[in-house]
Amino acid sequence: MGGEFVMLSLVPILIGVLAAIACALPGNFLVLRRQALIGDAISHVVLPGIVVGFLLSGTVSSWAMMAGAAGAAVVAVLLIELIRRLGRIEPGAAMGVAFTALFAFGVLLLEQSDTSSVHLDVQHALYGNLESLIWVEAKGWSSLFDPVALAGLPPELPRIAIVALLMLVFTVLFWRPLKISTFDEGFARVLGMRTNLIGFGLVIMAAIAAVAAFDAVGSIIVIAMFICPPAAARLMTNRLEAQVLWSVAFAVFSAVMGYVLAGYGPLWLGADDAVSAAGMIATVSGLVLALAALYGPHRRSSGSPAEG
Amino acid sequence: MIRALQTAMGRSPIGDPLDTLSDKPLAVRGLTVSYGDKPAVFSLDMTVEDGSMTAIIGPNGAGKSTTLKAVLGIVPRLSGVVSVFGQPLAKSRPRIAYVPQRASVDWDFPTRVIDVVLMGLSRELGLLRPVRESHRQRASDCLERVGMRDFAERQIGQLSGGQQQRVFLARALAQDADLYLLDEPFAGVDAATERAIIDVLKGLRSEGRTVVAVHHDLSTVRDYFDHVMMINVHKVAEGPVAEAFSEENLQRAYGGRLAANLMNQLQLGGH
Amino acid sequence: MLIDAVTLQLGYNATLVAIGAALLGIAAGASGTFLFLRKRALVSDAISHATLPGVGLAFLVMTAFGGDGRHLVGLLIGASLTAAFGLWIMHGLTRHTRLAEDAAIGAVLSVFFGFGVVLLTVIQTVSVGRPAGLEDFLLGATAGMLYQDAVLIAVAGALAVLVVWALCRPMTLVAFDAGFAAAAGVNVRRVDLAMMGLVLAVTIIGLKVVGLVLIVALLIIPPVTARFWTNRSDRVVVIAGLFGGLSGFVGAAISATAPSLPTGPIIVLTAFVLFAVSMLFAPGRGVLAAWMRHRRQQRRIHLRQGLLAIAQDLPIYERYTLQLLVRAGLARADGVPTELGRRRAEKACRDESRWAVARRMHSHESAVSRYDGLLPIEDVLTRDEIREIDRQIADVGGECA
Repeated sequence: MGGEFVMLSLVPILIGVLAAIACALPGNFLVLRRQALIGDAISHVVLPGIVVGFLLSGTVSSWAMMAGAAGAAVVAVLLIELIRRLGRIEPGAAMGVAFTALFAFGVLLLEQSDTSSVHLDVQHALYGNLESLIWVEAKGWSSLFDPVALAGLPPELPRIAIVALLMLVFTVLFWRPLKISTFDEGFARVLGMRTNLIGFGLVIMAAIAAVAAFDAVGSIIVIAMFICPPAAARLMTNRLEAQVLWSVAFAVFSAVMGYVLAGYGPLWLGADDAVSAAGMIATVSGLVLALAALYGPHRRSSGSPAEG
Repeated sequence: MIRALQTAMGRSPIGDPLDTLSDKPLAVRGLTVSYGDKPAVFSLDMTVEDGSMTAIIGPNGAGKSTTLKAVLGIVPRLSGVVSVFGQPLAKSRPRIAYVPQRASVDWDFPTRVIDVVLMGLSRELGLLRPVRESHRQRASDCLERVGMRDFAERQIGQLSGGQQQRVFLARALAQDADLYLLDEPFAGVDAATERAIIDVLKGLRSEGRTVVAVHHDLSTVRDYFDHVMMINVHKVAEGPVAEAFSEENLQRAYGGRLAANLMNQLQLGGH
Repeated sequence: MLIDAVTLQLGYNATLVAIGAALLGIAAGASGTFLFLRKRALVSDAISHATLPGVGLAFLVMTAFGGDGRHLVGLLIGASLTAAFGLWIMHGLTRHTRLAEDAAIGAVLSVFFGFGVVLLTVIQTVSVGRPAGLEDFLLGATAGMLYQDAVLIAVAGALAVLVVWALCRPMTLVAFDAGFAAAAGVNVRRVDLAMMGLVLAVTIIGLKVVGLVLIVALLIIPPVTARFWTNRSDRVVVIAGLFGGLSGFVGAAISATAPSLPTGPIIVLTAFVLFAVSMLFAPGRGVLAAWMRHRRQQRRIHLRQGLLAIAQDLPIYERYTLQLLVRAGLARADGVPTELGRRRAEKACRDESRWAVARRMHSHESAVSRYDGLLPIEDVLTRDEIREIDRQIADVGGECA
């Protein structure tokens, strides 16, 4: 199966794995900061972002759309902060107001503009199209060492690889400020850390991960990978370092397993069409979380005696 | 008292405030903080003497913690200037250690006691410098000083309230600062912890460091502290405990009837 | 055209949809308020996304039994079943693990939605050649809506409004203060359940009109909007219902005027415009009003501190204080007070000493508790009370000559 596998499945699996890692890394801190749903908000506003990017540039160039999506993510984050701070509205509700309004704006824009000719629709934004990212030039494992074949790799792969690397660098480089300001913001401020900046940086990193992953796999995986692997990992350990490693392991497992189940599962059951890989990856990550919630060694809080 | 301030600060009607503020560990002038429409702290002046141990006391909602947070820039101030050792806050941060209220953090955070104490060494460790055995040793020594060395590897969520407070104090000790600011360090802790904490704080004073703590238990003020700052949104009194911790001032800070009750508890009536 | 739409002249179906959307908006605004006041607004997001697998399963089941997979009532029943299941899972995650509610919400919404997408692709392969049209549930579609579907939505919307009206009191009580409600004999658990049931019902009804991604907006935006207009929770419910109904009606009407104006997004954007206007300009809690109050208070505090500094011959530390004093004609640019400044300073200082004495007197406790550093003493104490205070000051010797 080597040749076929390399051509049809290797690239989607790699992209799925890298996207899952890129989202799970910042997701750990978002979950600990009770900001898990910022990933939800960001992935919703990616749609208006790509529409605006398309309308402004007039092309379906990925870069224009990614810039639009990144811009929209920043707008969403600022809007949420604005509503939260100025309107004194609790964060959950502020998010709900901001992302639904921006999403509605995106759908309206999509209906108003003539985008039907290009491949740009809501479904694509939500589910992505992982299966279509095939490596046409590949003839087998040997193609990995063939410069001509490598040049034909789908551009999504190097893009998500770079972003995954960026997330890794960000996490390692700012490990201490992230950890301290997440645990004890007041103390971090007294140390002279710009906690607002750290929080904003984290959200921007999450936005970059969301946009890049969205480009390849659609927003539904993005939300699932921000939350499910880190949440499951939290139930496995009581140390942040270990938690992050667990979350990466869960993310990789969900991506590989989800892709395989979506692609080959129906065949095993006798059906002849594959099902949505993005949806299946999200489903598997949910099953992982369910198992962790039922059997994870640290699933319950240690019952800290509130008043000693 | 106003006269004393005037001589301490000169009489020039305007000028760079930091020039005129002394190089005391902590000097605050005209501090006002407002959360809503009513000020939480109004036009507060405060001077902390070098090597002193000062209690900030006052009734609930008097703005004690707010004062501390505004001094540290954790909450924004509406007006006022703050100087720490004669310098603005940004320059004097390395000389300050802060112990927040225990309840202000999520104790379910996935980390161990020793890791929390190591946070006190952040300034030295920077972003990427690896934690060496020497750092670990110092963190461990700080835990020893609060009687928690054996708990170094524990998950923080497993600690009792008093033990959590000791960990916070150990983290502050690791900062090796000249000015220690503590927010209700004795709130909800057991008697043994209270003794352990006050011993550590007195030890700091004897090393020439300055301690300021928000405190709510009036019965221990005389035993624990040498200076007191009494506030109720406004400053009510400030000075050595022997002078400022008087029945009259308590009455002004806590209001008439309430103060009478307190007075009975404290058996201060005869003073 | 728009006038026609708003005055219900665009045909029977459009009228029904507009009325249905208005009723839906009222029900959503009011029931969303209970979630908002309990700080659980985004629970609705999990509920709405968890409907998708139900829609898919219902379609598959109905087709398997040889029926029409697109029967609306069947699809909605499927939707409510999985939504309820999602809610139950979410509850279990927060109750029995250490995860916080936001993580539970996000996990349920993404996983259920992901599974729903898997089912949709299954359906695509099952119903070859005939599009199932289930994608309509993502964004809503009222354009080609059947007459009986429109009636169903209008009737269900009316029922939801009735239920809100009937349960308003206990739910307000619980939303405002669950502990107090329990003490008053309200069964908090049951009310909570009713609240969730109502939100679930509104979500299901809204699926066809605004779609599952945007129904959340109708549950969240009107209550947040209403919050800017009042501090009383019972009024928030009513105002949120009004804003929700208005958004639904106007949005549906506008969207009926042109095919390129999809109903759901237009309704949501109408609600958002109402929100933005309220947030900026509402008196009291609006941003503009709050900012003006803040600036005014800051000015007053700086002026007061400046006057006190003048009175006690202390330096003025902050440039802004001096600017204000100069602007008010109380001091010269070099900080030397004018005659007026001296007089006002003297008065400020005298009042400060009066307050200090008043604070010491038991009889003025309630008056003193209102003092914020700016309140003129004449506003709370009578003239003879002030005279009495002045006498005491004279006895001890005040700080201001």
